[in-house]
Amino acid sequence: MLRWFPALTLVLFLGPVAAGLVGTWAPAFGFLPSLGGHGLTLEPWRQLFAQPGLGTSLALTLGTGFAATLISLGIVLGFLASCHGMRPVVVVRKLLAPLLAVPHVAVAVGFAFLASPSGWAARLVSPWATGWDRPPDIASVPDPIGIALVCGLVLKETPFLLLITLGALGQTTADRTLAVARSLGYGPATAWLKTVLPLIWPQIRLPVFAVLAFSLSVVDMALILAPGTPPPLAPRILRWFNDPELSNQFLAAAGASLQFLLVAGSIALLYGGERLVAMLGRRWIAAGGRGHSGRIARRAGMMAMLLMFATGLAGILGMAIWSLARRWRWPDALPSAWTTENWSRQADALIWPGWTTVTVAVAAALIAIALVLGCLENEQRNGVAPGSRVLWLIYAPLLAPQIGFLFGVQVLFVSAGLDGEWAALVWGHLLFVLPYVFLALADPWRRLDERYSRGARALGASPNRVFWRIKLPMLLRPVLFALAVGFAVSVGEYLPTVFTGGGRFATLTTEAVSLASGGDRRVIGVYGFLQALLPWAGFMLAIGLPAWFYRDRRGMKVFAT
Amino acid sequence: MTADGTLLLKDVTIRLGDKTLIDGLSLAVPPGKIVTVMGPSGSGKSTLLSWVCGSAIPAFAIDGGLKLDGLDISHLPLEARRVGILFQDDLLFPHLSVAGNLAFGIPRGVSPGERAKRVAEALAEAEMPGFEDRDPATLSGGQRARIALMRTLLAEPKALLLDEPFSRLDAALRDRIRRFTFDHAMERGLPTLLVTHDPDDAAAAGGPIIEIDIAPC
Repeated sequence: MLRWFPALTLVLFLGPVAAGLVGTWAPAFGFLPSLGGHGLTLEPWRQLFAQPGLGTSLALTLGTGFAATLISLGIVLGFLASCHGMRPVVVVRKLLAPLLAVPHVAVAVGFAFLASPSGWAARLVSPWATGWDRPPDIASVPDPIGIALVCGLVLKETPFLLLITLGALGQTTADRTLAVARSLGYGPATAWLKTVLPLIWPQIRLPVFAVLAFSLSVVDMALILAPGTPPPLAPRILRWFNDPELSNQFLAAAGASLQFLLVAGSIALLYGGERLVAMLGRRWIAAGGRGHSGRIARRAGMMAMLLMFATGLAGILGMAIWSLARRWRWPDALPSAWTTENWSRQADALIWPGWTTVTVAVAAALIAIALVLGCLENEQRNGVAPGSRVLWLIYAPLLAPQIGFLFGVQVLFVSAGLDGEWAALVWGHLLFVLPYVFLALADPWRRLDERYSRGARALGASPNRVFWRIKLPMLLRPVLFALAVGFAVSVGEYLPTVFTGGGRFATLTTEAVSLASGGDRRVIGVYGFLQALLPWAGFMLAIGLPAWFYRDRRGMKVFAT
Repeated sequence: MTADGTLLLKDVTIRLGDKTLIDGLSLAVPPGKIVTVMGPSGSGKSTLLSWVCGSAIPAFAIDGGLKLDGLDISHLPLEARRVGILFQDDLLFPHLSVAGNLAFGIPRGVSPGERAKRVAEALAEAEMPGFEDRDPATLSGGQRARIALMRTLLAEPKALLLDEPFSRLDAALRDRIRRFTFDHAMERGLPTLLVTHDPDDAAAAGGPIIEIDIAPC
């Protein structure tokens, strides 16, 4: 039965992606029988290119996507190159989890609270430093060229890339490599870039591509942080999909297909850029320049990382404070009156979205962990060596733009009568939960000393018994951690909820997005902070439970990664 | 061959790619005797042991006959071979107590009362009475090694494989644990196959020594 797991997993999660792409491309060329489209026509594309301001939308998309990716990557590499093996890395590693766990929407709302003209940042320096006795009349969130969106994306993607890079570093001989290079006279940062980066790059390039794909096609953050006239391409496509005029579905499908091409082209471009950098880099390495002491680089790397973390965490704190504010007049740095009424008054409205958020997230995470465990166990028992191609498949839903195939998934679900069902919603989330759960669990699972299972079987235990009594308990911590990752991913999903929920389900994320455009900061604060709180609770449980459970087992601390 | 408890290897050949590591090795390990296989690392001696105990060894092509107590065990899964193995590391399960580790070895179907009794007896034999509830991580190296052996013996194996089990112990401890292990193996009449590169191990084992060289490239 175990042998079926990889196939089952691929069907469950790549099937909808493939079907979704077909179901999006067909209407883009006029084929969607349920809406009276039978022919093969270029009309949707003509309509698409006739949209006013399409060029601005595309420029915004490309500009923000590449800027966010390159800045995030730059911060991570700059920081690690200049601070490798030093205290700042230890500190940042500890601060990483809380920021990583926060959903995109919460990060965006938090940043908006911080950086808007009447936001916390302006309040802290007004009027004594700025002379503003009322909120200044400047468009900062959203700004016309998407700087706020880039900031929001950087706040979310830097921790992710940092996590991936730290993981890759842990699997190499980075420390010794660095020591050798430095003993040959290379400065610390130069040595890192010349000898360590080439070692770890193969492991971080796919995540970098995923970050680019995500940044180019982000919808939820763009709805909060990006300009609206015109918006970047992805949120604009969603607007067309939501248009009550049904003929606009064809236009939207063409837009979604264009989005797919845009992402594919951009990844190809980045791939080409990578080649170029590698070529120049080899020359740079061969030239033998030793670099400097790295003191300036270290300051810059630390400052950038510090600023990133401070902004992210201040955003979350700002939401918490707003949710407890009764009165917070400009330009006070803190509310002048506090209350818990914002929470108690929202309690009734929070129950259903909260319930849906939690149940869908738990279900998606549990299904994902079962599938991933099945695949990993099959790999070990049947000696299937995992190829690097498999990794591409796992990344597929992260590389393809969500809006590029979710419409097709919706069409598929409608024709299967699944549309708007709770199960469809779980399935939609599973597509994005599964890759992260796999990435979180695969390494610790494969790293477990294989002799433990061999020893257990030599003692007469069947493979199933070894799985339940030895491997699962020994890897309890990474398994729960992967569950918490899956839970957090699901809590943050916006588009899959919109498309596969058939408009029947509201989650904290969809509520936060629809509230964010206008409304009362105290109410938005409640939704945003609660959205951040749920994944935190998940991670606390995932870390706390095994620690309590194995409190008398010192040997289990080794497995606490 | 009759069922006299002997571990029998016949014409074992181990190949890695087009390189032959072990070519037509035959040996018989009678009950209560220790046969030592010596050779440098890369000579295929650990692979030989893995093959005998039945773990999957991808990349290697292995042929040969394998009988234990008159029974062909070469096609049995690992857990059905009744071949106990001890590695360089004791590999005590870190999530189980000392008693949990020992009880993991006791065959299923033995009543809870009887299991507890056997655990207590094993602890007494290891000169560690009352250690049931201890965390294995708090034991000394020698204590861990003894528990690992007891756990293996509680599974009632019909043969014992030793994969350099003493190499991680410090010199003072090594002699004692070696004696302890060998005594128990002989006392129970187990055919024992020892793989090592330490000549002292081979001398202490007192049985036949088989040297394998590294294959010419």
